[in-house]
Amino acid sequence: MRAMRTLAALACSLALRGVAASDSRISFQTPQTLIAQDIVDLHTWIMVIIIVIFVAVFGVMFYAVFRHRKSLGHKARPFHENTTVEVLWTVIPALILAVMAWPAAKVVLAQKDSRGATITIKATGYQWFWGYDYVDYGFGYKSKLATPRKQIDNAQDKDPHYLLEVDEPLVVPVGQKVRILTTSNDVIHSWAMPAFGVKQDAIPGFIRDTWFKAEREGTFRGQCSELCGQDHGFMPIVVKVVSAAKFQDYVSQKQAAAKASADDPNKIWAMADLVARGQKVYEANCQACHQANGMGSGPFPALVNSKIATGPVQGHLSIVLHGKSAMPAWQGLSDTEIAAVITYERNHFNHVGDILQPKDVKLARK
Amino acid sequence: MNVENGVHDAHYFVPAPSRWPIVGSLALFLMALGTAFWINRVPGGNWALLAGTLVLVWMLFGWFGDVIRESQAHSYGLQVDHSFRWGMSWFIFSEVMFFAAFFGALFYTRVISVPELGFFSGTHELLWPGFAADWPAATAPKLDAPYQAMAAVGIPATNTAILLTSGVTLTWAHWGMVENRRTQLKIGLALTVLLGVIFLCLQAYEYHHAWEKMGLTLASGAYGATFYMLTGFHGMHVLVGTIMLATMLVRVLRGHFSTEHHFGFEAAAWYWHFVDVVWLLLFVFVYWL
Amino acid sequence: MTASTETLHLQHADHQAHADAHGWRRWLYATNHKDIGTLYLWFSFSMFMLGGTMALGIRAELFQPGLQFWHPEFFNQLTTLHGIIMVFGAIMPAFTGLANWMLPLMLGAPDMAFARMNNWSFWLLPPAAALLVISLFVPGGAPAGGWTLYPPLSIQAGMGMDLAIFAIHLLGLSSIMGSINIVTTVLNMRAPGMTLLKMPMFAWTSLVTAYLLIAVAPVLAGAVTMLLTDRHFGTHFFKAAGGGDPVLFQHIFWFFGHPEVYIMALPAFGIVSQILPTFARKPLFGYVSMVYAVCSIAILSFMVWAHHMFAVGLPATAQLFFMFMTMLIAVPTGVKVFNWIATMWQGEMTFETPMLFAIGFVCLFTVGGFSGLVLSIAPIDIQMTDTYYVVAHFHYVLVAGALFSLFGATYYWLPKWTGQMYNEKLGKLHFWWSMIWFNVTFFPMHFLGLAGMPRRIPDYPLQFTDFNSVASVGAFCFGLGQLLFLYNVINTIRGGAGRAPARPWEGAHTLEWEVASPAPHHTWEMPPDEALVKKGLRAQLLDQDHE
Ligand code: HEA
Ligand code: HEA
Ligand code: HEC
Ligand code: CUA
Ligand SMILES: [Cu+2]
Repeated sequence: MRAMRTLAALACSLALRGVAASDSRISFQTPQTLIAQDIVDLHTWIMVIIIVIFVAVFGVMFYAVFRHRKSLGHKARPFHENTTVEVLWTVIPALILAVMAWPAAKVVLAQKDSRGATITIKATGYQWFWGYDYVDYGFGYKSKLATPRKQIDNAQDKDPHYLLEVDEPLVVPVGQKVRILTTSNDVIHSWAMPAFGVKQDAIPGFIRDTWFKAEREGTFRGQCSELCGQDHGFMPIVVKVVSAAKFQDYVSQKQAAAKASADDPNKIWAMADLVARGQKVYEANCQACHQANGMGSGPFPALVNSKIATGPVQGHLSIVLHGKSAMPAWQGLSDTEIAAVITYERNHFNHVGDILQPKDVKLARK
Repeated sequence: MNVENGVHDAHYFVPAPSRWPIVGSLALFLMALGTAFWINRVPGGNWALLAGTLVLVWMLFGWFGDVIRESQAHSYGLQVDHSFRWGMSWFIFSEVMFFAAFFGALFYTRVISVPELGFFSGTHELLWPGFAADWPAATAPKLDAPYQAMAAVGIPATNTAILLTSGVTLTWAHWGMVENRRTQLKIGLALTVLLGVIFLCLQAYEYHHAWEKMGLTLASGAYGATFYMLTGFHGMHVLVGTIMLATMLVRVLRGHFSTEHHFGFEAAAWYWHFVDVVWLLLFVFVYWL
Repeated sequence: MTASTETLHLQHADHQAHADAHGWRRWLYATNHKDIGTLYLWFSFSMFMLGGTMALGIRAELFQPGLQFWHPEFFNQLTTLHGIIMVFGAIMPAFTGLANWMLPLMLGAPDMAFARMNNWSFWLLPPAAALLVISLFVPGGAPAGGWTLYPPLSIQAGMGMDLAIFAIHLLGLSSIMGSINIVTTVLNMRAPGMTLLKMPMFAWTSLVTAYLLIAVAPVLAGAVTMLLTDRHFGTHFFKAAGGGDPVLFQHIFWFFGHPEVYIMALPAFGIVSQILPTFARKPLFGYVSMVYAVCSIAILSFMVWAHHMFAVGLPATAQLFFMFMTMLIAVPTGVKVFNWIATMWQGEMTFETPMLFAIGFVCLFTVGGFSGLVLSIAPIDIQMTDTYYVVAHFHYVLVAGALFSLFGATYYWLPKWTGQMYNEKLGKLHFWWSMIWFNVTFFPMHFLGLAGMPRRIPDYPLQFTDFNSVASVGAFCFGLGQLLFLYNVINTIRGGAGRAPARPWEGAHTLEWEVASPAPHHTWEMPPDEALVKKGLRAQLLDQDHE
């Protein structure tokens, strides 16, 4: 029995640790946080127990299968009850479970304790990309799949980080407790970073939180882990862990950029400029459902010749601001962006319509 | 019902092949397809739904007609009677679980989701800062139209009294049945049916008033949704119960049932009492607290 | 054939006059439990083929990275329909079908308690299946939100979702009526002398399963009804803007969903508990503790649902509670595994096909149970949830568990159903083929999950390529092997390997083996006499009183 245990432990650690360190194909990705390490250790511990039980139990069964067979002339011994063994094999597994539950409970409590974070970032799920807001620093951006379409359609060789590449990764400092608040703009997504031992669903209309403290610098990758519609497989999560100094640079750079590009909500725009701006907003936010050609798909209606997009502008503004059933509310876009996208929709797709200025949006929000 | 040593009729009654089940399946298929088409504005859906409903009514008449005939022909022995009792009990249990789903939704919204949306929590501060939750007056961060909540006094309290009384009249009718006082049976049963009808009328009036005057609709936040779903499904059960009792009344008037042999009546009575108990829970948790 | 069987056979002969329908009416108007059981079983197998074909669609797409065959939306439809059809169309009806065929025979009853309603339970299934298939062809396509139908994704969906919702209503109605029938039959129709603690384990597991279904099928109906009103009638059960919560749906769904997985496991336990003693030629070890284990599993199954929701952000106390309760289920399940092994211990085993499937079941179900245990540890589950580790886990318990037990049951009772023996060689080939390719298909999924491959994706990063290719090859081979099974069954019906005696298995002592093979259309029209019942019980060492 002792020998078996060592053997099993050996097999386990070989399979689970040794390989994990070099390669992430067969087991956990190399842990980058203490929690992730705890999870790996917990898993190893439980695998050891399980394999020992499995070998012991099925050792007995296969002994019987090979020895107690009719073809060997074995005769059945019709015993059918034994209270002692019944009690034993109820109590012993219960004790074994207790031995598993204790360390597990400790990890649960550690994992849930998101207090004392130095940085808070809001991660918002969109169909089908992530939006990050650095709550304490007042800037944010969208983070989208960067793998070229051609690779997905097998028209081009695939990069090593196929489907795991984004245009703008999340950047965080090493060694600091980062709290992630998850929420969603439309359906449930899940923010997952296996190397950190983190996975937290993003529930529309609710805020949930999780945290991590990365121990090493580097780039780490995960994927949305809750079915969220057709492009669920195409919304990766990439986190760049950098030194504290680099992080400071990053933040000031981002803040400056945010200031520079901030729109004056009182500016009066010319039609062509607003339409051009609107196209960008459309591509970034609306195209996923309503499609580039505005024809919609499945449950998502066409905007081309839509009564709302060609009717009174108030109705159009209202559905974009407040949403309707599966159409999200776009309160998060700026006045300028909303004015732009609406003007775009009303003057593109062969529509000829009016112009909506940002100040009107501001008025309508009240 | 002694489980360990049950009764054994010499022959257990096994009905001959019957067309009603497959007719019922056809009906439900048409209804399901029709409703799905109808609510998605596909033409023809409403007709399929109507056709399905008519076929269902035909099936119910046919099937229950067969059962009543078999019962009157004394085809059912004691063992069959026991089967019916078990069957009805577990059917009612399944209904209990159906309501449990909606009560679960009510408790969850009241205890967990509305408070989280409306009191200080990450959710409240970041997403719905202006929303002050207040059950039942304000249960939704974003509403199209304001609504008033339904008070417990007035119609709901009256309806509680009506249903409780109907429980009494029904039990009185049942005594009439077992002690072979047919007049008492008839009067008690008729009174129960009448009370059921009054209950339904009052509830219809209450709905009308709520929808038109109080702005309370299915879309009135978590309160409106749970209010209408719970009371609505209950109302449908009262309707079914009333129809069952009315059927029993007709059978009684035709001289069916004997002091020993009247499970059809008892099944309807059990069902009525179940509907009664659900109402009490509704009264407490939906209207009152 | 024993003398008593002979007489029974004669008895039935003069009852054939009983108004039996012929031709198509026999099946559409059926009130005979055997006919209805047969309908259930064939329906289930066709759904297995349909769901399996969809699985092959999934595996074909996943053979290589990149999009090969399907638009991602259609891939999601395949996944969703595969899950719904396999669970509600293949596995559950198969168990109900077996209960229909076998319970009256095993308990000494003339038929199910409510024969007419029994027909309705079955005939609600084809319309439900039709609704699901129709959903593929309506605008917006079939539901694509996973078999768990989580809102708000399922609120976004097109009218295919409404068809699925109504299909679930019909399936629920069918399950409830079928279960009431089973409960009543078991409680009220047993032969004299067969008390509850003497009836076959399969009757016990069917009874407890039926209870689970009566308790949770209405809850699922309620959940999808709320989904429907959220979709079309303006309610806000699952929308935060109206004070609701998408997570509420998950709570209600899994309050149904977890007992549901035992609904697909308990009857399998029952079948294995019939097969193992027969071929070990030894009574079932620990009969009473088996009964208690089944009941404890059923009760515990109502208190573990949130282990499917460890990543939604439950408070720590809730995570701990559900983690502990989930782990606890390993105890009664372990009792069952140990009892089975003790049944084999010191037996006189032969290894006909049913026995092979039963042993395969015990091994692989345990593997699946262990991966379930790994998942029950909340921190590990957070790492593994929504990855292929979960897919591996549930295919071990569902395919190597539920499905294998069904294959075993079919081979075990086929002689009774058809009066012919099946081809043993082919049966064994089917077993070994399935055993090998099943593991080739699903074992690598554990690794994929550990390495972090999310489930329900039509395309994946490159490091997952190798194991996915292996799994796809395995799936096609596994699927192909099921044609062997189909062939063997049809071949048996057509004559097979010769006529089967009333008791083809030396070690089988339950009542169904006392009637002729094939079982006459009407059996036990008079309750079997107590002596006959006692004889079988004595052979199973169940004649003493259990207190
Ligand atoms: C037949 C169906 C079936 C069965 C029997 C089980 C059995 C178990 N399941 Fe599984 N499960 C599913 C079907 C099933 N499951 C499905 C379909 C899903 C996914 C649904 C979806 O999301 O689509 C799922 C998902 C699922 C999850 C959620 C994963 C996730 O999505 O994150 C979890 C987590 O706890 C879990 C746990 C368990 C446990 C602890 C058992 C236990 O009952 C297992 C107990 C058995 C044993 C442990 C082995 C035998 C015991 C011994 C030999 C005794 C000695 C052992 C010890 C003391 C360790 N299951
Ligand atoms: C209940 C039982 C059950 C059964 C029996 C199966 C059987 C199989 N399942 Fe399934 N599966 C589920 C229940 C089941 N599954 C559930 C509940 C889900 C979750 C859905 C969700 O995420 O919402 C799921 C999800 C699921 C996935 C994950 C999909 C995803 O996340 O995107 C995969 C992927 O490989 C898969 C594969 C298979 C395979 C290869 C089989 C094989 O065993 C099937 C073998 C059968 C056949 C192949 C058919 C029979 C043979 C023929 C038709 C002959 C023709 C064959 C050839 C010519 C080769 N299943
Ligand atoms: C998650 C998918 C999704 C996204 C992203 C989305 N929409 Fe929509 N949109 C919908 C749906 C669904 C409807 C239909 C709502 C209804 O009528 O029930 C809709 C309706 C509309 C309509 C009304 C069309 C009509 O005639 O009914 C307009 C205008 C519109 N959206 C504009 C936008 C704009 C502008 C954006 C981006 C800022 C956007 N949508 C992003 C899903 C989406
Ligand atoms: Cu977003 Cu999956
Ligand atoms: Cu579960």
